[in-house]
Amino acid sequence: MADRHAINVTVNGVRYEATVESRLLLADFLRDQLGLVGTHLGCEHGVCGACTVILDGRTVRSCLVFAVQADGADIMTVEGLSRDGQLHPLQEAFRDKQGVQCGFCTPGMLLCAYEFLQEHPQPSEEAIREAIAGNLCRCTGYQFIVEAIQEAAARMAVASR
Amino acid sequence: MKPAAFTYVAASTLDQAVSLLAQHAPEGKPLAGGQSLIPMMNFRLAQPRYLIDLNRVSELMYVREVDAMVAIGAMTRQSEAQRSEVVSRLVPILSEALRWTGHAAIRHRGTVGGSLAHADPAAELPAVALALGAELVAQGPAGRRVIPAEEFFLGPLSTALGPDELLVEVRFPALPSGAGWAFLELSRRHGDFAIVGVAAVLALSGDGRVDQVSLALCGVGPTPVRAHRAEAAVLGVEPSEGVFREAGEIAAQEIDPDSDLHASAAYRRRVAAVLVRRALVEAHRRAREGR
Repeated sequence: MADRHAINVTVNGVRYEATVESRLLLADFLRDQLGLVGTHLGCEHGVCGACTVILDGRTVRSCLVFAVQADGADIMTVEGLSRDGQLHPLQEAFRDKQGVQCGFCTPGMLLCAYEFLQEHPQPSEEAIREAIAGNLCRCTGYQFIVEAIQEAAARMAVASR
Repeated sequence: MKPAAFTYVAASTLDQAVSLLAQHAPEGKPLAGGQSLIPMMNFRLAQPRYLIDLNRVSELMYVREVDAMVAIGAMTRQSEAQRSEVVSRLVPILSEALRWTGHAAIRHRGTVGGSLAHADPAAELPAVALALGAELVAQGPAGRRVIPAEEFFLGPLSTALGPDELLVEVRFPALPSGAGWAFLELSRRHGDFAIVGVAAVLALSGDGRVDQVSLALCGVGPTPVRAHRAEAAVLGVEPSEGVFREAGEIAAQEIDPDSDLHASAAYRRRVAAVLVRRALVEAHRRAREGR
């Protein structure tokens, strides 16, 4: 018999109470139970990075965390990046620099870059490439993604002055 | 794919975790960071009936300086250990190896103890534990015991831990003062498992000869391996590019790598020879600067 657990989570500032089966992955919980389908599932074994979310302030692969483990946690998904209908500077830079093609890797790339830029507001290209090495993109060849992150860093530096 | 059904129990203390594991072993498995176990469960390569979650056992999350050792609680996140001032001051080779361990999102979740207990032969931390002669502390129903790193790794994903034992702490001896070190790795992408990784520690005597040396490799056999013959070729010798090149060639001959999807055995030997040479050169440079 599968056991079930009551959990409380806050996702993008909204509190949810839910009941989950032990084996339910956090990614499937976000998508199927909360309807937050911005979190994409690519490989389901922690290689592609598409399902990256921010769990208690740190990026994690949501395919490598069970939903029951997130009880009490504060989560941000890609849906939480924009504010009041305004895209986050990272999202705008991805759009402007064509860092998005098919869009499948984009949510993971954005959240990976979001955490990275908080710690490294003026990164070198090499540092960006190392930071996104855990996120696979099969369209862009990464060049436009790297440029988008550089552009976002520049815009965020101006905005914070 | 999705994991098979299992029963989930979250332990809140170490004692509770140990007794839950004793109660449910061998069908029950401890869940540390889950960055290796959950992928295996998603593939259904692993189908534990019970998972004992250690992620709320905060008493296993610490980095402490104790008697010229760095004691790290098994549930310490890899990213916490990587940022630790104690680690970077006393065992900088561990900070460097952690930079190569998975990606940031993996290290935020993955634990120091989990990587060692999982014992992937291509993983970085087991090689560092072996190079430094770390001690691994296990706790089971019968109490605690200390297992030296050279006796801990038995085969691929296989360790000296009993089914009812938890790895609770790892003690890395601080590098001898003035010792040089290097951790080098070749992988397909930064953060992937090593095709070959090399951990090297080297100290010089007053007359500039090699006084102490330790070399451990990952990715080249069923467990991380010490390159004892290559160490012997360097020990007591006056360092030179030629000596280090020769040590690399010896190391390449004493390892027994397999061919797989990522690289052939012959390629791994070639890479091992080059990385051992480079690691010795870098460790020697640091040892000279540190004198």
